[in-house]
Amino acid sequence: MNILVCLKQTFDTEERITIENGKINEDGAEFVINPYDEYAVEEAIKLKEQHGGEVTVITIGPERAEQALRTAMAMGADKGVIVDLEDLGDQVDEHTIAQVLAATIREEDLDFDIILCGYMAVDDGSAQVGPRLAELLEIPHISTITKLTVEGDKVSVEKDVEGDVEYIDAKLPILVTAQQGLNDPRYPSLPGIMKAKKKPLTRLELDDLDLDEEEIAAKTEIIETFLPPKKEAGKILTGDLADQAKELVQLLRSEAKVI
Amino acid sequence: MNFDLTQEQTMIRKLMRDFAEGEVAPGADERDRTKRFPKEIFDKMAELNLMGLPFPEEYGGGGADTISFAIAVEELSRVCASTGITYSAHISLGCAPLYLFGTEEQKQKYLVPLCEGKTLGSFGLTEPNAGSDAGGTKTRAVKDGDGWVINGSKCFITNASYAKFLALTAATGNMGNVREITAFIVPTDAPGFRVIDNYVKMGLHSSNTTELILENVRVTDQEILGEIGKGFRQFLITLDGGRIGIGAMAVGIAQGAYELALKYAKERVQFGQSISKFQAIQHKLADMHMQIELARTYVYKAAWLKDQGRKFTKEASICKLYASEVAMNVCNQAVQIHGGWGYMHDYKVERFFRDAKLTEIGEGTSEIQRNIIAREIGC
Repeated sequence: MNILVCLKQTFDTEERITIENGKINEDGAEFVINPYDEYAVEEAIKLKEQHGGEVTVITIGPERAEQALRTAMAMGADKGVIVDLEDLGDQVDEHTIAQVLAATIREEDLDFDIILCGYMAVDDGSAQVGPRLAELLEIPHISTITKLTVEGDKVSVEKDVEGDVEYIDAKLPILVTAQQGLNDPRYPSLPGIMKAKKKPLTRLELDDLDLDEEEIAAKTEIIETFLPPKKEAGKILTGDLADQAKELVQLLRSEAKVI
Repeated sequence: MNFDLTQEQTMIRKLMRDFAEGEVAPGADERDRTKRFPKEIFDKMAELNLMGLPFPEEYGGGGADTISFAIAVEELSRVCASTGITYSAHISLGCAPLYLFGTEEQKQKYLVPLCEGKTLGSFGLTEPNAGSDAGGTKTRAVKDGDGWVINGSKCFITNASYAKFLALTAATGNMGNVREITAFIVPTDAPGFRVIDNYVKMGLHSSNTTELILENVRVTDQEILGEIGKGFRQFLITLDGGRIGIGAMAVGIAQGAYELALKYAKERVQFGQSISKFQAIQHKLADMHMQIELARTYVYKAAWLKDQGRKFTKEASICKLYASEVAMNVCNQAVQIHGGWGYMHDYKVERFFRDAKLTEIGEGTSEIQRNIIAREIGC
């Protein structure tokens, strides 16, 4: 079984985010595999262990993102592809990423029976790239899965729908995106770590892919980046209950402006 | 000059951080109270092939370097120093002498199961009247036919309850005024061999510290580690490596206590602001951070020299001495920053404080380290 995993290197979830000149400051930050993508990597390796085959991990990012691919390789992925889009600067959004991933898969002749992604990245949280990629490759997709079974070309999944479960049957080839609960990612073993560096890694730049820069240019623009406002102390209402309810409605309407 | 960790070292740090927080930290306080040895942690480490980390793959090891070993010990000790010392002793006292001095046959028979984590490593050196002064070694091995008969006792021996065999030193004769010391590999289930786990310790409660009693324990010539009379030199070399482990353990303890103190100082509000805004506390935390950075850098330097195959005796002593004194100071200040809560078990720093003291004593006291450094600089 040929298995592809698309992953993104994101800020360590314990990292403190600071903004400098309107941009998130990356200096000295620790980076990790996006936690949802880590579920995708784990599931891919489990599929390989059950059905044989090969796991290829793909990422788009700067040089430091290689570490994320090597970590996936230490867990058990067989090879990797890293695409550096530095030339595009800020002209990158989910549309761009999906286009580049699709072009990479086509032009590197990466055969696939199944593609796994995290359902979203913890940094920008758009949850778009997986479904967009499936559309470009003209294959079905199921997002936010919490269980995956593959037998022959039959695929059964459990999908998280706001706390409820949907049971869906489908067929290979397919793209699925991982929700928390799909599995418990393994620790990379020491031999895995020692072998990771020797596994094949392909480095690509935009020029290596047959893409029209205008066509893949970002369709969205970031207007402003800012930190969430500091949480202020809550207000405790007093008095009898009817008055409190009245005051609460009033405040929700005039102060919080949510109703 | 390059101060960056390699890709492998970075991944090993991440693995050990995740493993320590996921598998070792939960239950560390409870183990400190119940004094339970966490066998299951070392079984899990064996599954990840970590129990032979710095030894070649041909002996079941991981093929990583000494810097990675220091990283592993630091990360374990950052959450649980008992786990840190167990691992450090396993690698640097249990496995290393067999790797360095064992015959090929001994390596296959003893080092391989150690690296695979099938048994824990241990080393029998210290006696009631002989630690760094090996001349006081009273345990004797007497030649008897084609074998040896060993009688004596050892104290403060780490891991022996979980070791199927261990190397221990015994006097085999006199070379002039100096006692001839030889190391033997002895199975712990040999008739006449008793391992007593009975100490009441100040700290490191969930590590295994034992007394060994040998009464007419018989071994063959095949169990001599390396050569007769080489025991003294062997354990000097072994302890050089072990000191890097203790240095790394001290850095880990200090780092753990410092992080707790920093977090607490930011949360604790007094006189209308968090105490981390008071210069008295800020200076403490700045000193703690600085000392840990220096200690870690020197542990890495000693480890790096060892990895380069260069002499590292002085550097191993410096890193062990400095890091252990840093650990004591940092833990002391961490308790102080916590105030009354720091004296309480739930806030963990008192455990770190108790555990830290061992690093100033084990594998050569601070006084012995100063002697070694003095000798190395030509005094």
